[in-house]
Amino acid sequence: MTKDRGGKMIKEKIRKANKEVIERIINGQPALVGIGKAKDTIPNMTAKTILHAGAPIEWDRMSGPLKGAIIGGLIYEGLASDEETATQLAISGEIHFEPCHHHNTVGPMAGVVTASMPVWIVENKSYRNYAYCTLNEGLGKVLRYGAYSKEVIDRLRWIETVLAPILKEALQKSGEIDLKSMTAQIIQMGDEGHNRNKAGTSLFIREIAPYVVLTSFTDVAKSEVLKFMHGNDHFFLNLSMPACKSIMDAVANTKYSTIVTTMARNGTDFGIKVAGTGDKWFVAPAEIIDGLFFSGYSAKDANPDIGDSVITETSGIGGFAMAAAPAIVQFIGGVPQDALNFTMEMYEITEAENNSYQIPSLNFRGTPTGIDIMKVVETTILPIINTGIAHKDAGVGQVGAGLVRPPMKCFEDALEEFVNILEIEGILNRKNNPKEETE
Amino acid sequence: MSEINELFNKQLRIANIGLESFYKDLKAKEIDVIHVNWRPPAGGNKKMIKLLDKLKK
Repeated sequence: MTKDRGGKMIKEKIRKANKEVIERIINGQPALVGIGKAKDTIPNMTAKTILHAGAPIEWDRMSGPLKGAIIGGLIYEGLASDEETATQLAISGEIHFEPCHHHNTVGPMAGVVTASMPVWIVENKSYRNYAYCTLNEGLGKVLRYGAYSKEVIDRLRWIETVLAPILKEALQKSGEIDLKSMTAQIIQMGDEGHNRNKAGTSLFIREIAPYVVLTSFTDVAKSEVLKFMHGNDHFFLNLSMPACKSIMDAVANTKYSTIVTTMARNGTDFGIKVAGTGDKWFVAPAEIIDGLFFSGYSAKDANPDIGDSVITETSGIGGFAMAAAPAIVQFIGGVPQDALNFTMEMYEITEAENNSYQIPSLNFRGTPTGIDIMKVVETTILPIINTGIAHKDAGVGQVGAGLVRPPMKCFEDALEEFVNILEIEGILNRKNNPKEETE
Repeated sequence: MSEINELFNKQLRIANIGLESFYKDLKAKEIDVIHVNWRPPAGGNKKMIKLLDKLKK
């Protein structure tokens, strides 16, 4: 096989593979189908498994908020009584730490999921795959930001014993809820589905409230549930995320595709996966977020970028749809024109436009969808991510919100591995090996 | 020589590519200019350019 023929072949193979991936992303039909207990619902979950955000990481390298959330998770499960016994258990080797992403799951910020936690069950109706996510705890002192005080554990127990059972029964009465159509609506109502979820939360309440009142629980409990959702503008985030995860899992491991299927952060490293490079993570140190801080906090308090919520950008909403959510700049900094500019920039590194998610301010142009590692490396334009900022110490919580980009190294390493796989397969020859080149 | 002078005696329409400071200097002198947002492929990283070339031929 000549180099030229091989080259033409691979260009065509990449084009076809990326076309297939885009079709599957755009055809994805996520629907909320129920609520289950993590241990009984998430594949390969055990009583001593703790799932976390991002790529695999061992205890010693974990950041403060992730350690804090694990301590809280162990206390919540009754496996430890306080910070000291939880830490001893965490380092004992008895607990299995695994990425949410390895279990069809996503978790915001620290992303900690333990066996007893209730999880949303989302099905991608087009491809019959499932994704899972915990129920959003609200803002302030919450486990996902690494807080583990009594109020945090008490709220988790209330979620398990009141919120989840009521919503589960309500869902049984309402039937499944179409999250694709809901996402299309929120993009036209000023949300971007990652850091702004006011419209999504409101629409969800509108769907579920008539069935909440029909459940067999007390009026007081039902009222508490409705008030809790109403008081938490990010309640929809934990539905947006598994919806996006169910879409992206349907395109994982597509040979010859250069489209990014996963971006995630564990608070220490940023990691990505690419359809054509299988299950391999490409990681580099996570960046510090540029944004607005709550009163009394500054950049020196910030933990590096953390959480699986960047699955929204991976599937083409979140920061990529920021033009749809200009009001978000009041939360993260900047002016409305910046929101438009960020979305316009993302068209440069994506393969397609998702016409299901149309942005009014761009004449109903579809959101930029399908990040191509070749385009990222060639243009040096990195994906834009809208995100919250966790305090670097365990037990504190959220200190702000802002914008961040992944490290370029993740994309460069992925591109190198992509070419390497093709060379091993003999589709490309190893002539002019770029490894011999220096920058 | 005369052609150059002719050029500068006309209304100039300038598109700047590359260093943005050239664009800013002209702008400061209130000269009409646009700046083209251009960067070398892969930021000039030869290793990455070679990898991309392999996949594009």
